[in-house]
Amino acid sequence: MIRFDNVSKTYPKQSRPALRDVSLDIEKGEFVFLVGSSGSGKSTFMRLILREERASQGMVHVLGKDLARLSNWKVPQMRRQLGTVFQDFRLLPNKTVAENVAFAQEVIGKPRGEIRKAVPQVLDLVGLGGKEDRMPGELSGGEQQRVAIARAFVNRPMLLIADEPTGNLDPQTSVGIMKLLDRINRTGTTVIMATHDQNIVDQMRKRVIELEQGRLVRDQARGVYGYQH
Amino acid sequence: MRAQFVLSEIGVGLRRNLTMTFAVVVSVALSLALFGGALLIRDQVSSMKTYWYDKVNVSIYLCNKSDAKDVPKCAKGAVTAEQKKEIKADLEEMEAVEKVIFETVDEAYKHYQEQFGDSPMAGNITPDQMQESFRVKLDDPKQYKVVATAFAGRDGVQSVQDQRSILDNLFELMNGMNTVALFVMALMLVIALMLIVNTVRVSAFSRRRETGIMRLVGASGFYIQMPFIMEAAFAGLIGGVLACAMLIGGRYFLIDGGLALQDKLNLIEFIGWDAVLTKLPLVLAIGLLMPAVAALFALRKYLKV
Repeated sequence: MIRFDNVSKTYPKQSRPALRDVSLDIEKGEFVFLVGSSGSGKSTFMRLILREERASQGMVHVLGKDLARLSNWKVPQMRRQLGTVFQDFRLLPNKTVAENVAFAQEVIGKPRGEIRKAVPQVLDLVGLGGKEDRMPGELSGGEQQRVAIARAFVNRPMLLIADEPTGNLDPQTSVGIMKLLDRINRTGTTVIMATHDQNIVDQMRKRVIELEQGRLVRDQARGVYGYQH
Repeated sequence: MRAQFVLSEIGVGLRRNLTMTFAVVVSVALSLALFGGALLIRDQVSSMKTYWYDKVNVSIYLCNKSDAKDVPKCAKGAVTAEQKKEIKADLEEMEAVEKVIFETVDEAYKHYQEQFGDSPMAGNITPDQMQESFRVKLDDPKQYKVVATAFAGRDGVQSVQDQRSILDNLFELMNGMNTVALFVMALMLVIALMLIVNTVRVSAFSRRRETGIMRLVGASGFYIQMPFIMEAAFAGLIGGVLACAMLIGGRYFLIDGGLALQDKLNLIEFIGWDAVLTKLPLVLAIGLLMPAVAALFALRKYLKV
């Protein structure tokens, strides 16, 4: 599903690489936590998968494609197989919940009939049935993140990338979001989640990848957040 | 592609940027109106050239009775029948000459009345004051000098005039106007392009959230850029329509109504409506495409896709 072969990334005008010589494999259907302090390279790791950035050295394969050799105009097709969720939700404030989710389908030209069917279905899945016509501003943080997850998942991606999805939420709400991500993972979708939330990582007992100053320092199946933190 | 979705996005974008849209529309309209105006002046000059160059070439004015007193060249008195015959014969012999027409005093008076009949000066002119003349049509109008040197000093010839040179002043003036119009147009065009680039930049910035999401869910670059390009093209098209209205209104005001030059300057062959109407599609096409292309270039810089 995802393979990094000796991947390094150095941003222009910076001497220290953001990612150094990282090699790893993530299989289809896995749930992976990505941990590490700020500036450890988590964001760069995710940006490389989304092909927002290109690796300086080494090869990145996503969904069987070598991203270095993927031409620019094919990138959108590749991204349609990925879903993305952020700490700050990134909803459109002037659109309703249903419109926000439908937006992800409209802009890739899905037929209207399909959208009308898929949107309520995915909103039910994330537990927001009946709130289709609310505006994002009327919802709690947890509910807003559910909308964002619904939007990321409505096109049934092979891979869901979540960048600190619980970073702005209280612990109880976070548990709800984790349950939702776990349920999405059980449908066969690979989930990669960057997080600082120790409790969540320790409770879930999933694979943990730890980065430190751009290096892969730990890759542990059924891991915990850290040995000493 | 979902047309309704795209259209509603365009509407939102244009309204959000109403002042900038207005500025783009006005600057595009002005630059295109000047562009169309310059094209029309060029048409006017060339239509007048063919009209006049065909009719006038060289006039050889002959001395009349009143010239004998005032004009030193005619001191020997009015032209005689013999002199006229000689001049005509010599003219017809010249290779450069295509055709010679003799204009009698009465004809000259009649033409004069036709042209200036309404002006107060015309009342003071009597047929006696008119001159007989040879109207010489040359094969090559540039051969004027040959005719001038051959006949200027002759007895009975008051003056030789290349009427082209009078017209050339007028044409020069019109060409000058044309150049000025094109220069101002170029300036307006630069302003219009800069406004479009800036509008797109503001628009891309204010919609960065939407475009960011579009990118992440895999909307194609074309789909992301489309609303911006359509916005610019739409504003440009409105500008183009206004420019067309200005051209039509301008012709009507100058030639038909308003200044009514058609009635006042009936010597001039004015361009017809067809000349104006054939320019409109070009003006509209440029109005539509130029902003779209400018937007596309601006997007490469300000919108990541």
